[in-house]
Amino acid sequence: MSGHLRGGPAAILFAAACALGGCAATIPPGAGGNPADPFERVNRHIDAFNTRFDENVGQPAARGYNAVLPRVLRDCLSNIFDNLAEVGNLFNATLQAKAGEAARDAGRLLINSTVGIGGCFDVATPAGLERKRQNFGVTMGTWGVPQGAYLVLPLLGPSTVRQTAGLIPDFYLTDPVGYLRPAKDVYYVGTVRLLGDRAAILDASRLVDEAALDRYTFLRDGYLQRLRSRVNDGSGMSAPPIEDPDAPDPPGDAPPPAAPPAVAPPGATAAAAPADAPADAPPAR
Amino acid sequence: MHASNSQVRARRAAYTALAASLLCAAVAGPARADGADDAAPDQMILQLSTQVLEEIRGDKAIQAGDFARVEKLVNERILPRVDFDKMTRLTVGRPWRAATPEQRSALTEEFRNLLMRTYSGALSKVSDQKVRLRPSHGQDGASDVIVRTQIVASQGDPVALDYRLEKTPAGWKIYDLNILGVWLVENYKSEFLEPLNQGGVDNLIKVLKEKNRKVVAAKS
Repeated sequence: MSGHLRGGPAAILFAAACALGGCAATIPPGAGGNPADPFERVNRHIDAFNTRFDENVGQPAARGYNAVLPRVLRDCLSNIFDNLAEVGNLFNATLQAKAGEAARDAGRLLINSTVGIGGCFDVATPAGLERKRQNFGVTMGTWGVPQGAYLVLPLLGPSTVRQTAGLIPDFYLTDPVGYLRPAKDVYYVGTVRLLGDRAAILDASRLVDEAALDRYTFLRDGYLQRLRSRVNDGSGMSAPPIEDPDAPDPPGDAPPPAAPPAVAPPGATAAAAPADAPADAPPAR
Repeated sequence: MHASNSQVRARRAAYTALAASLLCAAVAGPARADGADDAAPDQMILQLSTQVLEEIRGDKAIQAGDFARVEKLVNERILPRVDFDKMTRLTVGRPWRAATPEQRSALTEEFRNLLMRTYSGALSKVSDQKVRLRPSHGQDGASDVIVRTQIVASQGDPVALDYRLEKTPAGWKIYDLNILGVWLVENYKSEFLEPLNQGGVDNLIKVLKEKNRKVVAAKS
């Protein structure tokens, strides 16, 4: 993620969005219990704000973007931005000592900037050089820096303490857009980039609303899982063992509270089940 | 506007891929089940994924978003190849032990409906995706494997898609899916926690039913 908005405009937008639809969130009773998300209460409020802003500003703008710009132009623009992002990918791949990946990033940047005409056409992917997105937060993760608590940033969305710290070099060091002068060009270009990003996932964001029982936890846990997987680089068999309730407990565990998996009277077991459930809090991430 | 550049495009392709992969789970209908049973799981997944993607691409009605058609395709193709019982059992976790058979089948049905109805919508967005196998190691002879694939399209980043399968008497069955590093069972496990905490298995069933009702109402 890169920080495209700073200070003043963000505060005005915050106030406007709250005025439009309120920023209260329903906080479920168990909030704050997940060790990966100690700031859950605050995060849920910010998430509520983000959702309001997105509904009232982001989505209409994104739909307008889709309506105004033809597909070919939108693709070209997003390819140009992706090409600029290769600078950051290359930088971080190098810091992670991934020589092969860094070489591919450099190759992509070169080929797409020249043959791909300033990045408009992604000719590197069909040529066999695949894109691999990196950011400084992930780089720090590969160095062993722990993920840190889950954070929801205003407008920017899901993050963690480490990832947020990584935004600084991401934006101020390796983002070509950050070097534009005068400074207001950074806002304009950055906004177009954000619009394009939002427009690209209009369908997927609707899908999240349908798929999730609780949007907040769905996005949080998906985000954290994905982040861990990126730091581990999808290496080998990164499949956490899943506890199978049908399997017998290993010796030393507390015995299950109710009858074995066969039929059990609903009254007794319904009381036992909720008491047991808190023990199943997900492991610290 | 609350997704980073890196997650954004990935998420779009991801949901398309998830839907396609759920569909991929069982093109082999009953007539072909015998042959498919003996196939190595990775070859089976590759073959099915490719066939399913082709089927969707060739079906104009699905591409136009004909929801009933999508559901029909999903019900006919997917059920034989996905072990929803196991998927639900793993997702619910410990409380499953204390659940009655009626509760268990209600949970399985509602979870299955949720997944099918939700992700079928993404199927109409399939365009020119192709499936490739990624290397997986040391699984000869195992009865519980992970198959790693990758969905590539002309637009967007390649999407990594992994499947967990178990060998059953009726052939290999999928019981978990991973898109871009996110395992379905793990993700929904934490979704289920709050309803379970608040009112046990019955409350979870109630929440799932209500959710499914809303999704159906929104689509019709």
